[in-house]
Amino acid sequence: METVVFVFSLLDCCALIFLSVYFIITLSDLECDYINARSCCSKLNKWVIPEVVGHTIITVLMLISLHWFIFLLNLPVATWNIYRLIMVPSGNMGVFDPTEIHNRGQLKSHMKEAMIKLGFHLLCFFMYLYSMILALIND
Amino acid sequence: MSAPAGSPHPAASARIPPKLGGAAASGAAAPAGPGPGPHQQNGPAQNQMQVPSGYGLYPQNYVAPSGHYSQGPGKMTSLPLDSQSGDYYPGLYTVPTQNVVTPNTASQQPGAQQMYGRVPPAPHVVGSALGSFQGAMSSASHLQTSASQPYSSFVNHYNSPAMYSVNSSVASQGLPSTCGHYALSAVSNASYPGVPYPSLPAGDPYRQQMLTSQSALTVRPIRESSLSGQNTAVSHPSPLPPPPSQQYQQQQSLSGYSTFSWSAPGLPSTQDNLIRNHTSQVAANNNPTNTVADSLSRSVMQNVQPPKSSPVVSTVLSGASSTRPPPAAPRPAEPAASVAQPPELSQQKGMQYGEYVNNQASSAPTPLSSTSDDEEEEEEDEEAGVDSSSTTSSASPMPNSYDALEGGSYPDMLSSSASSPAPEPAPEPDPAPAPAPAVPQPSKLAKPFGYGYPALQPGYQNATTPLNSGVPPSSPGYSGFQQYAQQYPGMNQLSSSLGGLSLQSSSQPESLRPVNLTQERNILPMTPVWAPVPNLNSDLRKLNCSPDSFRCTLTNIPQTQALLNKAKLPLGLLLHPFRDLTQLPVITSNTIVRCRSCRTYINPFVSFIDQRRWKCNLCYRINDVPEEFMYNPITRSYGEPHKRPEVQNSTVEFIASSDYMLRPPQPAVYLFVLDVSHNAVEAGYLTVLCQSLLENLDKLPGDSRTRIGFMTFDSTIHFYNLQEGLSQPQMLIVSDIDDVFLPTPDSLLVNLHESKELIKDLLNALPNMFTNTRETHSALGPALQAAFKLMSPTGGRVSVFQTQLPSLGAGLLQSREDPNQRSSTKVVQHLGPATDFYKKLALDCSGQQTAVDLFLLSSQYSDLASLACISRYSAGCIYYYPSFHYMHNPSQAEKLQKDLKRYLTRKIGFEAVMRIRCTKGLSMHTFHGNFFVRSTDLLSLANINPDAGFAVQLSIEESLTDTSLVCFQTALLYTSSKGERRIRVHTLCLPVVSSLADVYAGVDVQAAICLLANMAVDRSISSSLSDARDALVNAVVDSLSAYGSTVSNLQHSALIAPSSLKLFPLYVLALLKQKAFRTGTSTRLDDRVYAMCQIKCQPLVHLMKMIHPNLYRIDRLTDEGAIHVNDRVVPQPPLQKLSAEKLTREGAFLMDCGSAFYIWIGKSCDNNFIEDVLGYPNFASIPQKMTHLPELDTLSSERARSFITWLRDNRPLSPVLHVVKDESPAKTEFFQHLIEDRTEAAFSYYEFLLHVQQQICK
Repeated sequence: METVVFVFSLLDCCALIFLSVYFIITLSDLECDYINARSCCSKLNKWVIPEVVGHTIITVLMLISLHWFIFLLNLPVATWNIYRLIMVPSGNMGVFDPTEIHNRGQLKSHMKEAMIKLGFHLLCFFMYLYSMILALIND
Repeated sequence: MSAPAGSPHPAASARIPPKLGGAAASGAAAPAGPGPGPHQQNGPAQNQMQVPSGYGLYPQNYVAPSGHYSQGPGKMTSLPLDSQSGDYYPGLYTVPTQNVVTPNTASQQPGAQQMYGRVPPAPHVVGSALGSFQGAMSSASHLQTSASQPYSSFVNHYNSPAMYSVNSSVASQGLPSTCGHYALSAVSNASYPGVPYPSLPAGDPYRQQMLTSQSALTVRPIRESSLSGQNTAVSHPSPLPPPPSQQYQQQQSLSGYSTFSWSAPGLPSTQDNLIRNHTSQVAANNNPTNTVADSLSRSVMQNVQPPKSSPVVSTVLSGASSTRPPPAAPRPAEPAASVAQPPELSQQKGMQYGEYVNNQASSAPTPLSSTSDDEEEEEEDEEAGVDSSSTTSSASPMPNSYDALEGGSYPDMLSSSASSPAPEPAPEPDPAPAPAPAVPQPSKLAKPFGYGYPALQPGYQNATTPLNSGVPPSSPGYSGFQQYAQQYPGMNQLSSSLGGLSLQSSSQPESLRPVNLTQERNILPMTPVWAPVPNLNSDLRKLNCSPDSFRCTLTNIPQTQALLNKAKLPLGLLLHPFRDLTQLPVITSNTIVRCRSCRTYINPFVSFIDQRRWKCNLCYRINDVPEEFMYNPITRSYGEPHKRPEVQNSTVEFIASSDYMLRPPQPAVYLFVLDVSHNAVEAGYLTVLCQSLLENLDKLPGDSRTRIGFMTFDSTIHFYNLQEGLSQPQMLIVSDIDDVFLPTPDSLLVNLHESKELIKDLLNALPNMFTNTRETHSALGPALQAAFKLMSPTGGRVSVFQTQLPSLGAGLLQSREDPNQRSSTKVVQHLGPATDFYKKLALDCSGQQTAVDLFLLSSQYSDLASLACISRYSAGCIYYYPSFHYMHNPSQAEKLQKDLKRYLTRKIGFEAVMRIRCTKGLSMHTFHGNFFVRSTDLLSLANINPDAGFAVQLSIEESLTDTSLVCFQTALLYTSSKGERRIRVHTLCLPVVSSLADVYAGVDVQAAICLLANMAVDRSISSSLSDARDALVNAVVDSLSAYGSTVSNLQHSALIAPSSLKLFPLYVLALLKQKAFRTGTSTRLDDRVYAMCQIKCQPLVHLMKMIHPNLYRIDRLTDEGAIHVNDRVVPQPPLQKLSAEKLTREGAFLMDCGSAFYIWIGKSCDNNFIEDVLGYPNFASIPQKMTHLPELDTLSSERARSFITWLRDNRPLSPVLHVVKDESPAKTEFFQHLIEDRTEAAFSYYEFLLHVQQQICK
């Protein structure tokens, strides 16, 4: 059972890592003016909800399987993701809004956020890997 | 689903064949294809037309280029000067050659020889004569470039025998590194200190002498000679690579040449006269020396004549400019000090002023490469204005030329300096030799400009310069800049009233004078506040962009972000890039010269490293000068890239080539989308609109390709088929609003000229077509989708008229306003859009180059916050007419009518993009205005109109320590209504400072307020209104406390602000009481949102009036200080502070709020005034609603009307006049603008100051 949980978490985490990398690449494309704000934002907004769902699943899974430490580690990030989604003003086109992304350094903060998430997911990845191996050995 | 139906209305049914035939015929006459004919007239054609007029008289000039070229760098040896000139002008050039001989002998003088010794490796072997010229030249250039060489040295030179050497250099090689101006002026300058010229007689004997000596010469050879001479100078870069500063001087003085073509045909004889006078004076001064001097002066004069062929003034004055030691030297005779000084000094200053003026004048009209923009015949800018005045001066042959010069070119300056009695110590007596701290060494070329930043005070003392100099007494003034400029001359109290600008020679600049805000009762100056002038050296300053187009909140850019943070002031730019200009150099060339790495357009602030290379002032890359750029179309000469109009004007327009097009330029396309629901018909706007359209149909900007279309909507969408050949407009109704489609895609937008008759029929029928409608729903969203589909193949402008909340289909909105919350002091909700539908659609439109302009004419809440998105992101504009009704609210109807007239006929640019670049180290991070930011510095503007303003916030990413100047450039690429692709480029140059005091000294408080207002709008939408209000108050608290703790060393018990910031608290209070940000006073949500929209997209001049209206007392207008505009006398009453304490019951007051005028009539106002101006016998008989002043034949009526007309003429949207009686209910409208007074919910000004003080002390 333990093994299944961590194998799943590992796969999910891989997906999240790829997603973070994708976010970073797309945002830096925008920074370098390779794509315009409109297409960048529509690309990214598509993946905001999958990201939230993926991360929430891990968090809930950890809660269910009573891995308190990992759960608590994941909780702030998951909360932030959901909060961000909820707090989008009604007139905006999503978390990434093409009309505002160039204002007030939003692009930079989005970039920073994606970087931090990437680091966090990498950390989690190794944690899940370790836990999975541990679980396999224990089995 | 859809039902193409015939005309549903009997009125539009029966059409008679002849009309049809007429329409068809007109269509045939104007084929639909893009007509190339019209555009060609625009730029180049006019150029060509002007060429003959300018140059026709002197065809030989055209030969010059090849000649110069042959003497290019390194080829000096090949041609001795005289032989060269002989080649070109065999017979006529005798006198110049004589000159060449004269200086030769003179150069035997020890001084001259010494200079000769300094000559760097002289490449010429031609002969002693030439050699000595070289020597003299290099010495002259040495004089000019080294700042350590004090001004006095000039004087010495000229008064002593050594003078010959300089003169000779001038004469022989035609003005070393500058040009003819320099020579002449050098001489004249030198002589004046010694001999106060007003005492000079007309100099008749001398003139005779001159005349005789000149008699052999025709005007023509003289010009040629000097031209060639000047070219030798330019093509002689080897001895001393001229530092950039010098180049600037060169450019500036050379600009004189361009005028020569312009003025030559006009008044050559008078000019000659003047010149003779002038030179005769020179001769008079030199007289004591000997006849050699005489001949010298003659030669000088001959050499100088070409520049002078523009009004003499310019030569003299540019001379004055060259007397100023180059960059960082302390500027002996600083123009700033306009107030009384020792006589000679002030005269010199006069000269310098004149120089400023005149160089502007001379650089303004560049007939060859510049065509006046579309409709402009009259002259507009200060340059042009001065231009005309100087022309007039030179046209009147005055005996004493110098007085004439001064008087002509700079009348007001003189008068003001005469009138101000304060004998202040002159800033510095002229000969004061001061060590130059920042002499531009050749090595310093690495810096883009090479200008050291001079000590502060001159610049600030200078602040009055443009005010005075920009004053064309007789020319009609227009844009804001000018109006103010025009106001000044008359006002004698000028120097005292403009607090920041009066002149003091103390070490502290005036703008830093500490002002105790709580003590000072009359903080508001008597005259409108003026934009501070960047503290640049005068050459750069006069090249700089007009503050009307381009302003920065800090005219002294702090060196580092840390310094900026310390100052607690916002840093940003305020732009008005497409404003109506009447004089704009338009440049047609195959290659538009741009930096290869950052794509900056070449501009006046680049530096030419040598003839073939220039250094970008934004990224510092060194670029090649393309071959084409070497040829100067103005002078028709080769090898003078620094004289091209691109490098002479900071606002230019290029005709772009096909490289700048993604597709062929689009035609002008206009689509009108009209609400015809019951509500709309009831309000009756259709009548006003159709009437305006009918009147202005022919004035719509466009060419033969112009297309137009109409749509109406209620719960269904109606299209109108106006295809030529139809006998009557055909209405097509689409009722499927969930999936809108176009019934006949190609006949809905029709050629305006082909289908004009049909369009007129439709416009005549439209107001009555829906009179009986019962449809109350409005399907705005689907109508906009249809409009988008209709426009997407071409792009263009959609004008939407909406009268209620959209209630059907996509984009329907709910009422979000709670009327009980209108005066809440706590939370104001719903400032942001309710749905992203309009934003998405706007971005789609923007992508297809379609802008949507919204006219909202509603009586109830219509959620402007959501609807405005459609315009905000598609670069449209928003108009709002609350409680519009054509009968019950005639003032709104009148306003709509006037706005429409302007809207329909103003210039328009299509498929535009604007890019803002700034010097490496600065970066832009937030943009304000109506547009879509496509990439970091690229704004996508589907349409651009002349009334659109923008703001940009800046941050300092890298320290600017290794540069002394920063530049900003906006380039607006657009398709004109004539189908031409054009680029309008503005460049602004500002100094960098390292001390906090300098930063405070350079605050442009109006720009700062406008930027703060923009930021506060963002804040109130993204966060909350109370946050935004707090932020505004904090901006005052922070900046004043930062100033108090760092710069001012006074005790902290009082509220001290630098003079530059003294209006800051007042303006912030005004903002807090503005509709957009006020709390506690009942404000409808739509009104509030509209005020926010206006803050975002109004240019600074209009926005400032909105924030802080101007109040004048008009019942006692006098002609004192009046100005003359178009033969009208316009009185200039002083500004009153916005407080009820200024309102007396005996008076009548005019308040100018930008979009509305209020005339408040006191209860016991003089009956004479009421009768003479308002046309009613007494106060009681004045009606409640009065929107016009009757045309009465009395003096006071005439004065009042001319004043109001003058205020009105200066803005694009004609404001509506409201006459407000004291005690009438409408007076609250008036009183809410008295922002210095206390209201139940807000501080008075004094209370606000105390509050700020309290916050600071906390």
